[in-house]
Amino acid sequence: MASPRDLLAAIGARATDRIWRLGFAARFFCMLLVYSGQTFLRPRLLLREIWFSGVLSLVIILVSGLFVGLVLGLQGYETLQRFGSSEALGILVALSLVRELGPVVAGLLFASRAGSAVTAEIGLMKATEQLKAMDMMAVNPLARVAAPRFWGGVISMPLLAALFSMMGVFGGYLIGVVFIGVDEGAFWSQMQASVDFREDVLNGVIKSFVFGVAVSLIAVFEGYDSVPTAEGVSRAITRTVVTSALAILALDFVLTSFMFRSL
Amino acid sequence: MSAEPLVRISDLNFSYDDRPILNGIDMTFPRGKVIAIMGGSGCGKTTLLRLIGGQLRPSSGAVEVNGRVVHEMGHEALYAMRRRMGMLFQFGALFTDVSVYENVAFQMREHTDLPEELIRDLVMMKLNAVGLRGAHALMPNELSGGMARRVALARAIALDPMLMMYDEPFTGLDPLSLGVIGQLIRRLNDALGATSVMVTHDIHESMLIVDYIYFMSAGRVVAEGTPEELKASRDPFVHQFLYAEADGPVPFHYPAGDFAADLLRGDARG
Repeated sequence: MASPRDLLAAIGARATDRIWRLGFAARFFCMLLVYSGQTFLRPRLLLREIWFSGVLSLVIILVSGLFVGLVLGLQGYETLQRFGSSEALGILVALSLVRELGPVVAGLLFASRAGSAVTAEIGLMKATEQLKAMDMMAVNPLARVAAPRFWGGVISMPLLAALFSMMGVFGGYLIGVVFIGVDEGAFWSQMQASVDFREDVLNGVIKSFVFGVAVSLIAVFEGYDSVPTAEGVSRAITRTVVTSALAILALDFVLTSFMFRSL
Repeated sequence: MSAEPLVRISDLNFSYDDRPILNGIDMTFPRGKVIAIMGGSGCGKTTLLRLIGGQLRPSSGAVEVNGRVVHEMGHEALYAMRRRMGMLFQFGALFTDVSVYENVAFQMREHTDLPEELIRDLVMMKLNAVGLRGAHALMPNELSGGMARRVALARAIALDPMLMMYDEPFTGLDPLSLGVIGQLIRRLNDALGATSVMVTHDIHESMLIVDYIYFMSAGRVVAEGTPEELKASRDPFVHQFLYAEADGPVPFHYPAGDFAADLLRGDARG
């Protein structure tokens, strides 16, 4: 039976460990930025990563966006028609998606689809000594492996969030206008009149960019910092998905409270 | 050829945290020779290679490569030196997402501005030297263990290194592949005019191809000499290692307390 003192010591040790890791991650982020120059000088490396992180995530993003839009359309109509304002369906669907659901859900999906893949790839490269071999060949793995994957994610994420929102709006239109029969003119014109480019769209893009930085950094760092064994890599992947999800939700709260202060 | 040795290791000490790994190592690798460093698992052989390559910093002492102290070099100088080093990792460490051809071309693309036709010719020459020109289009997961090791060897010699390092090049190979790799190490060393250092515990294959052997145990050099000298040696450690005796100066048991007391206590886990 552990004494309260041991328990306290164990909690303290865990907390210190977390703080150390946070410090390592911050230093890693700075190094990543320092070694990012090569990534932009060699667009082929970057395009490859945008393909893996962005293009290969398209299916899950587009399908999920469509379904979220369909559900929003149904639920929104159900509530709005009680107050006789079913024409406002377009506003409800567009604002929910552009401000919140687009960046957040696309971010969560991106973390599970692309973030986990990046962690697994880098972790396995580490476990099979590929990173060490690269370093011995005088090629910096941070510049050659980590930085392109990081920027690939950062660039892909806002685009994926935008596509998610677009499919969501299309889903809302399908349910509201095509199946239920909400007036098409009202659906689009109210949406156009009420969705502000700077206030809503741009803030959504900023959110998705911040989520992209967070998820990509977590994914690359966890892979790079993983214990180079099968178990170590699997734990790192789990940490990527869990930490990314928590980071997205926490950052979303912080960003929303700064962006939409009139609320 | 200069008489100055390519690598000189003097009074080298290294510890991981507080655990000493290497204690006062002195070694000299003359140019053009193939040197083997032998010893049981965990005696610090691989750590020594990483110190020569500058991936670790010594606690004290120094490794000099081509007249320069490795741990005193800055990042740029270290990378410039590594371009003249080749390293074969234990299981090849091939890049699994690109083909054999691209693996061998990797350093040429990273460090030179050679035109594609010239890179192609060089890659084919390197692959031909290891007998795998016909396998250039294969992916690493389509290769056998021995083939992967040979491709890694072709990749390591891509820029004609002055120093080749081999980390357990014979591990997990069938006898045929083992002989092929052994002969390749010797032949490539002589053809490139390089110096090779090989960390291994394969006695018989190494004896056939190396010029000089260092035996290590518990982080120290315990014996050294040419293969002939060591075969004739009466040193108990060398004898135990050469003839694979289970017990001797290198104990069979990891240090532990009294066996009977351990059994009676029944809490060996803790």
